[in-house]
Amino acid sequence: MKIDPNCRYRSSHEYARKDGAEIVVGISDHAQESLGDIVFVELAEVGKTVAQGDAIGVVESVKAASDIYAPVSGTVVAVNGELEGDPALLNKDPYGKGWLVRIAPSNLPEWEGLLDPATYEKEAAKE
Amino acid sequence: MNVTGLHDWHIARGAKMAPFAGYDMPISYPTGAVEEHLICRRSVGLFDIDHMGQVEISGKGSSEFVSSLVSSRVSDMIAGEARYALLLDESGFVLDDLFIYRLQNSWWIVVNASNREADLEWMRSRAPQGLVIDDRSDETYMIAVQGPRAIELMDAVSGGAVSKLERFTSARIEVAGVELLFGRTGYTGEDGGELFFPARKAVELWELLLAKGTELGIETAPIGLAARDSLRFEAGMPLHGHEISPSINPIEAGFKWACDFTKDFVGKKALEAIVEAGPRRKLVGLDVTGGVPREGCAVLASTDGVPVGVCAAGMYCPTVKKYAANAFVPPELAKVGTALAVSIRDKPRPALVVKRPLYLPAYRR
Repeated sequence: MKIDPNCRYRSSHEYARKDGAEIVVGISDHAQESLGDIVFVELAEVGKTVAQGDAIGVVESVKAASDIYAPVSGTVVAVNGELEGDPALLNKDPYGKGWLVRIAPSNLPEWEGLLDPATYEKEAAKE
Repeated sequence: MNVTGLHDWHIARGAKMAPFAGYDMPISYPTGAVEEHLICRRSVGLFDIDHMGQVEISGKGSSEFVSSLVSSRVSDMIAGEARYALLLDESGFVLDDLFIYRLQNSWWIVVNASNREADLEWMRSRAPQGLVIDDRSDETYMIAVQGPRAIELMDAVSGGAVSKLERFTSARIEVAGVELLFGRTGYTGEDGGELFFPARKAVELWELLLAKGTELGIETAPIGLAARDSLRFEAGMPLHGHEISPSINPIEAGFKWACDFTKDFVGKKALEAIVEAGPRRKLVGLDVTGGVPREGCAVLASTDGVPVGVCAAGMYCPTVKKYAANAFVPPELAKVGTALAVSIRDKPRPALVVKRPLYLPAYRR
């Protein structure tokens, strides 16, 4: 499984990566591989305030739907508009072009509390 | 849990496995369900469908017996012909859908894996003296070879034995010294066939077909059950338990064409009453925006959001690139072009009644 060393992770397989003052959120390579082909993505709207752990979207694969949870609290400042026409981006490039939302964090220390890459990799490997 | 003869092969190939009808089956391979679907539509897909059941009926009165049990006209079938049929109960509900192959001295009937035991019990309890009903499922392996280049591939391994066969006919052919029954039939909407052969030859024939594809430069890939579902769905074919079931009759599901009212068959009287009164609901195709409709999603009136029906199946369709559902709605809302909505995660999403099938099967082109 591919791990982005610049990200921190939730046990529910979302990643959070600092990019300037914002946090880029997506799902890990392990998650996209487990889900299989992604066929539809539904995301929270720009402007939505979320608490860590709130649902911020749904990723639909061929046979199932999976909720996506905010790894940090804050405000959604951008959603990936490419995913409507090409949901497969999540499978092809989960850490890059397959990003889901960008959050302006309201409590940055939350990011430190997320799983570091090595810990997440070990946990995900057990699944 | 049952396994097919190719179970270990699928696992070695990295397939995602899951239970289906009591069998541990490949849902998709690392290729992915979407690409597997596309490969079948552009070249050749191989399907391990050994979980399906095969029943062979022979002996005195077998033709009359089969005719009396299934909805379709079969008494005019000659050896080598194959036909779709429904097995109904006395109320006209669909116990199973079948593919019937008229052979030289018997009737070879393919049944759904999930209904095999029930179908056999149903047949045996109604069989007259002298009739022979054999469950051939365990000794027979079944695979499908489907796609626009499937016949080309099968010709290459059979000495040109299949291209001369008309659709919906079968013949005994030989592949690598193995004698098998080949039916130019299928469940994908593409050309190709379904193969029946001794169970112990599964790995050998499966690998031979893949190797021949590689040798001839014919893209050939194993296809899992997820793609099998999207292929049949696009082509307008039902999956028992969804568009047809023991609580659904053929009239409301759009299968009046598979019912021969000029003969006697179990369920005929009930169906005649339904045709007379008009079905209380109709199966329609829905083109949905804003989410993936799935089995069980409510269909709502577009004006006031009142529930009017339910989805029997729904998914993303890779060839027609739509999110679509098959749903039962009141007959007055069944016209193509009717605007409705489907509830997905408690939110109504726009849905439009569209013409079925979404993808025209090869045999209709």
